[in-house]
Amino acid sequence: MLFLNDARFRAVFYQFLAISLVLLAAWAMYATASANLAKQDIATGFDFLSRQAGIAISESSIAYGPTDTVARAILVGLINTIKVSFLAALFGTIIGVLVGIGRMSTNPLLSRLMLAYVELLRNVPLLLYLFLWYFLIILVFPPVRQAIQLFPGFFLSNSGLAMPAVEWQSGFGLTFAALAFGVVAALVVRGVSQRRRIVSGKANAGWIFALALLVLPVLAVWASGAVSLSWSAPEAGRFRLTGGLQIRPEFVALLVGLMLNLSASVAEIVRAGIQAVSKGQWEAAQALGLPRSRTLRLVVLPQALRVIIPPLTNTYLTVFKNSSLAIAIGYPDLVMVSNTIMNQTGQAMETIAIFMGIYLGLSVAISLFMNWYNARVALKAR
Amino acid sequence: MKRKFLALCAATAALMVGATAAQSATTLETVKARGKLICGVSLSTPGFAAADDKGRMQGFDADICRSIAAAVFGDPDKVDFVLTNINTRFQALQSGEIDVLSRQTTATFSREASLGIDFGPTVFYDGQGLLVPKSLGVASAKELTDAAICTLPGTTTSQNLTDFFRTVGGKFELVVFESPDENRAAFYSGRCEAISSDRSDLASIRAVANNPDDYVLLPETISKEPLAPAVRQNDSNWRDIVSWSVYMLMAAEEKGITQANVDEMVKSEDPEIQRMLGGADELGKMLGLDNKWGYNIVKGVGNYAEVFDRNLGEKTKLGMTRGPNTQWNAGGLLYAPPVR
Repeated sequence: MLFLNDARFRAVFYQFLAISLVLLAAWAMYATASANLAKQDIATGFDFLSRQAGIAISESSIAYGPTDTVARAILVGLINTIKVSFLAALFGTIIGVLVGIGRMSTNPLLSRLMLAYVELLRNVPLLLYLFLWYFLIILVFPPVRQAIQLFPGFFLSNSGLAMPAVEWQSGFGLTFAALAFGVVAALVVRGVSQRRRIVSGKANAGWIFALALLVLPVLAVWASGAVSLSWSAPEAGRFRLTGGLQIRPEFVALLVGLMLNLSASVAEIVRAGIQAVSKGQWEAAQALGLPRSRTLRLVVLPQALRVIIPPLTNTYLTVFKNSSLAIAIGYPDLVMVSNTIMNQTGQAMETIAIFMGIYLGLSVAISLFMNWYNARVALKAR
Repeated sequence: MKRKFLALCAATAALMVGATAAQSATTLETVKARGKLICGVSLSTPGFAAADDKGRMQGFDADICRSIAAAVFGDPDKVDFVLTNINTRFQALQSGEIDVLSRQTTATFSREASLGIDFGPTVFYDGQGLLVPKSLGVASAKELTDAAICTLPGTTTSQNLTDFFRTVGGKFELVVFESPDENRAAFYSGRCEAISSDRSDLASIRAVANNPDDYVLLPETISKEPLAPAVRQNDSNWRDIVSWSVYMLMAAEEKGITQANVDEMVKSEDPEIQRMLGGADELGKMLGLDNKWGYNIVKGVGNYAEVFDRNLGEKTKLGMTRGPNTQWNAGGLLYAPPVR
C-alpha cells in the first residue's frame, strides 16, 4: 500500500494505532474486571465512600469520629501520610546535608564516622529498622503508668511523649493568613532590596522592612484580641495521660526510620554534588581569600545544587512511598486506613484504585515541583 | 499490512472478552480432578491452625478441612493448606485460589451479601473479649475508657470496639498491628492496656505469654462471632458438601459415634446411624460423594467433641471449655439437622 510509505501519514497512523491499542487494552481490562465481579456477585461502585466508617483512628490531625464517612477516614489517613513524609523529608535533608559535608571532612575521625553512618543505614532494609526503632521504644521505656517525668509536664513512656500544649480556641485561621501574608510580603521586599543592592553596590535597610512585614501582621491580629488560646497539660487519667500534646511511638518510630534512611541517601547525593564541582572553584575562592566555610556556602553549594536536585527528587518520592510501611508498626497512614475499609466493605478494587490514584497524583505533584525548582537553579545560558 | 493490524486488534479484543467467560466446572469437579482439596487457614494461630514440630498442620480449622477431604476422597490427608492473610482471605476464595476458607471467620450479613461468598454452618460460637494484665486491677470492660487497646487490622474487631465504647459513652485509643506477633509484643510490653480479639484467640494469646497467670480475660463478650467456613457463592452442591461435613461431626457426637468405635457403630440397628455411616439409603450419592462419606469423616478426624478436645479443650495449652459449643440437648448451640 502506497500511502504507508508516506512519512507524514505514517507518523500519525502509528501514533493513532498505539493509542487505540492502549485504550482497547484498558477497556478490556475494565470490562473483564467488572463482568467478573458482577458474575461473582461482588458489589461494585464508589457508594461506600459516603457510608459511615464506624472505625476509630488513633491519630488524626482533623476532627474525626467513628460516625464520620469512609471518605473522611481516608482523608485522615492521607493527612497522616503527608505529615510523616513531609517531616521525614525536612529533617532527613538537614541531617543528610550535614552528614554529606562531614563525610568530606579532613578530620579522619569525623569522615569515617559519617561513612559508617551512611553505610549502616542504607544497607539494611528500612522495614527492619522500623521494627528496631519501634521495639526499642516500646521495650526500653516504661509503661505509661510509670512514665518518666523529664520536666514538669513532660512525660516519656512506651506510649510516647506527652507534653503541655497550647490549644487554639479561636483565631487560628486569621493568624495563619496573617503569617502567610507576612512571609510573601517579606520575600518580595527582600528580593527588591537585593536587586537594588546589586545595582547600587550599597547596603540598604530592606531587611528591616522585610522583618517588620513578617512580624507586624501577626502582632496586629494578636493585639486586636481575635485570638484566644488555652493551655492544656497532660494529666494522669486512670490508665494513661490525657490532654496536652501526645506524640505516639508509632509515629516517632516511622518518622525516625524514614528520616534516617533518607538522610543516608541525601548525604551521598550531597557528597557527589560537591565533588562534582571542579577543584578550580575551590582554589579560585581561596585565592580571593574566602575562608573554607564561606567558600562552601557561597561558591560550591550553589553549583552543587544543580547536580543534587534530580537525584534528590527521586529520594523524596521514595520516602513518600516508603511511608506505606507504616502498616507494619501500627501507624494509621493511608494504606492502613484503606486496608481496614477494604476489609469492612469488601470493595478491594475500588479502595486500591483510590489509594493508588492518591499516591500517583501526589508523586507526580512532587516531581513537578522538583522539576520546576530544578529548572530555576539550572545553569542558564548567558 | 493494515488489514493484518486490524485483524490483530480484533483478535486481541476477542481474546480479552473471551477471558471473561469463566470456567463452568463445579467446585466438586475441580477438586476431584485435582485429587486434593485446597483449604485456606489462619497464619500461625495455635489451636486453630498452626504447623506442629513435624510440619503437619494442626488445629480446629485444619480438622474442618480434613473432614471435607475425608468426605470427598475418603482420605483426610488429601488437603493442601494455604495460609491466608486476614486482608486477602476473601479474595483468595473469590479468585478460586482456595476451595474453602476455614479460618476463624465471622459470618456477617454484609460479608455474605456483598462479597460473593456463602457461609456454611457455624463451627465455633465465639465472641469478642478483652484480655488485660491482672495488675491493671480492672474487673469490667466498661472501666477501660481512655485506655489504649491493641488489635489486628481490617476485622470486625475494631468496629465492635468502636461500637462498644460508643454505647458505653467513652473514648479509647485503637492501636492496630498488621502482624499477630507485633500485636502480642506491644500488648505484653505495656504499650496497650488491653488486647481485643475473639475469646478463642485471646485464649491462644494468653497461652503463649511468659506467665499466662498474669493475664485475665474480662467477663464481657462485646459481640457475637459465629465462626464458619466459607465457600464461593452460587455452587449449592459444594456448599452442601461443606455444610454436611460439619453437620456430620456434630451428629456423630450426638449419636455417640467416635473415631474408635465407628467400625462397631456401622453394625448399629439405629436407622439414623445406618444412614449416616452409609449402611442404609444412598445419601452420599445425592451429594455426588461416596456413600461411605460419613464413615470416612468420623474414621478420619473423629466427631465434634474429639476435634474440639484435641485442639482447644481443657487438656490443651488453650484450656478452653465447651461453653456454648455443646450439643443442643446439653444446653448448647450445636444442632445438626436430621440426617435423612
